[in-house]
Amino acid sequence: MRLAFALVLLATPVTAGVEEVVTDHIRPGLSAFVEQTTALELAADTDCRAPALRVPFHAAFDAWLRIGDLRLGPTEHAAISIAFWPDDRGFTQRTIGALVRDEAPAVSDPEAFSEVSVAGRGFFALEMLMYDPLYRDYRRDDYRCRLARAISADLAAQAKALRAAWSDFAGTLTSGGADGNATYLSPEEATRAVYTQILSSLEFTRDSRIGRPLGTFERPRPKRAEAWRSGRSLHDALVTVEAAVETATLLAGHDLPETQAALLRLRDVAGNVTDPSFQSVDDPGERLKVEIVQQRVKEVEAAIEAEVGAPMGIAPGFNSQDGD
Amino acid sequence: MTTRRAFLASLAAATAAPRLGWAAAGSPDWLGAAKEPDGSYGLHGIRTDGSVAFSIPLPARGHAGAAHPKRAEAVAFARRPGHYALVIDCLTGVVARELTPPEGHQFNGHGAYSQDGRWLFTSEQMAADSAGRVGVWDVGAGYRRVRDVATGGIGPHELRLMPDGETLVVANGGIATDPEDRTKLNIETMAPSLVYLSTDGALLEQVVLEPDLSQNSIRHLAVRGDGLVAFAMQWEGGAGAATPLLGLHRQGGAVVLAEAPLAEQMLMKGYAGSVALSGSGREVAITSPKGGRLHRFAVDGTFLGAMARADVCGLATHPAGYLASDGLGGLLTVDADGARPLARGEMAWDNHLVALG
Repeated sequence: MRLAFALVLLATPVTAGVEEVVTDHIRPGLSAFVEQTTALELAADTDCRAPALRVPFHAAFDAWLRIGDLRLGPTEHAAISIAFWPDDRGFTQRTIGALVRDEAPAVSDPEAFSEVSVAGRGFFALEMLMYDPLYRDYRRDDYRCRLARAISADLAAQAKALRAAWSDFAGTLTSGGADGNATYLSPEEATRAVYTQILSSLEFTRDSRIGRPLGTFERPRPKRAEAWRSGRSLHDALVTVEAAVETATLLAGHDLPETQAALLRLRDVAGNVTDPSFQSVDDPGERLKVEIVQQRVKEVEAAIEAEVGAPMGIAPGFNSQDGD
Repeated sequence: MTTRRAFLASLAAATAAPRLGWAAAGSPDWLGAAKEPDGSYGLHGIRTDGSVAFSIPLPARGHAGAAHPKRAEAVAFARRPGHYALVIDCLTGVVARELTPPEGHQFNGHGAYSQDGRWLFTSEQMAADSAGRVGVWDVGAGYRRVRDVATGGIGPHELRLMPDGETLVVANGGIATDPEDRTKLNIETMAPSLVYLSTDGALLEQVVLEPDLSQNSIRHLAVRGDGLVAFAMQWEGGAGAATPLLGLHRQGGAVVLAEAPLAEQMLMKGYAGSVALSGSGREVAITSPKGGRLHRFAVDGTFLGAMARADVCGLATHPAGYLASDGLGGLLTVDADGARPLARGEMAWDNHLVALG
């Protein structure tokens, strides 16, 4: 029994799954993102008022979150203008405020709009327009309606550009060690890069998506939750963990029973949270429920480390983990 | 760890050996510390083409080092809080000497030799309150501790000798740390500075940034032959602030802060680990191991471009542009056209590359 186990470990290829992650997760994910943002753009063309945009907004946001935490290649940069968060200094509030106040003409020119500050573009800018009481009740002929249309069109354009950029970058990611590949000097490095993104995503969900609104017991910070205006905070956490598990499974090239079990336990406790926008974390009972969700995310992380990272011999970055 | 007996034995051996220059050590252009595949630590001499001139073991993970300008001798500083530094004979690999800071002082990971190699200057802080000191050692007299002078700031990190050979530039990081465990104690009130000192301790100039950048710890330095100083910073304030991480300064002049456009700036994660001038001297770059990114700037502060590379940190001037090293064992040259792999080893390169000559 023990011998058999050892043999299985030895048989695990060190360089697995990067192709599979690209083919079965990233490519279809990018296509879905293009599709959903295009649907959002079309919806905004027809009717740019907030209630009319809700369904396509959420569908497009979901499509983004399924691939958005894999911050490799073109996604590193694109993620900033697609999903500008966290935003402690309130850049989005300020940018949207200024655009609306000045009725900036950039909304009628897609090229000019793509030059608008990254904080005034993407899902969080659109969310502010659609859900913040300061902006949301606009009519068809309001500037804000045109702004919502411009942000939607810009998101669709960004999605298409991202998919196009990935058709090049996919080659870089799957050709580690090839001549002239200065990003991945070996296939193992590419595997490691994907794995690192899976763990960073989980860590970000735990520390930021959940940890930021929790703040401290004495000082909870509900307004620091991601996408709280649209009530997506808990949902975002779940979607990103599911995406991380899917990616990890493809990378490993086999089922991950511990990880799957941990994901089920996470879904289970997530159902206990009453307020999915994390706006009630100043209530001790509700806070505890959110803390348990956070712990379950941590367990998914631990399971992936055990089932994927350890067998592949991947350790955290030598310099990045260690400030100096 | 080197035992005391081994240390004394190696000391005897080193004293008996004739002094030889870097040519005898395979003519390296840089020194780089690394973690080896078996978990031990080593110091490597690296040539311009990426080949390894020599490799010798280190008894523990070092921080940065300094290379003697003439002899094949390097001093490697322990990680902070540093209770020792090792003078290593790069021909034999033996620890020629162990330097211990005076009671109550700690090494802060960096140091520099004088141009003639007669003096060694070490970045230090007082354990009790993190007040900065520069330790002065007489190399010719067997690394005898001569004196120390105040840096006019808290928690100094890197120091460099200016081209005049008589002025030191010191990055006072501003962070007070617990003497035992490096816990940061004063993030809310920290006050970093860049200072110029004469080697006998006179404070010639002190540069501080605007108050909204007081949590930007000034930590690493590069100096151009004409006295242009580039300093790299690490942001200790809230996440996502995207503050500039590179500054440029000349004695008596005003600071130029350099930053990339917002989205690109955010990818650096508020952290610059090393800074270097390019081979032409016309540009300067910083690395962020946390962001896996390198940023290039013109010396007037204009952003020129970015390069992505996981865990990149070590950075030095290379005739082709820059030499960058990373935790995956990669050595890459970087220029306006991007990065080119030069060599890849099994070691994990540590934070810094130290230039010779």
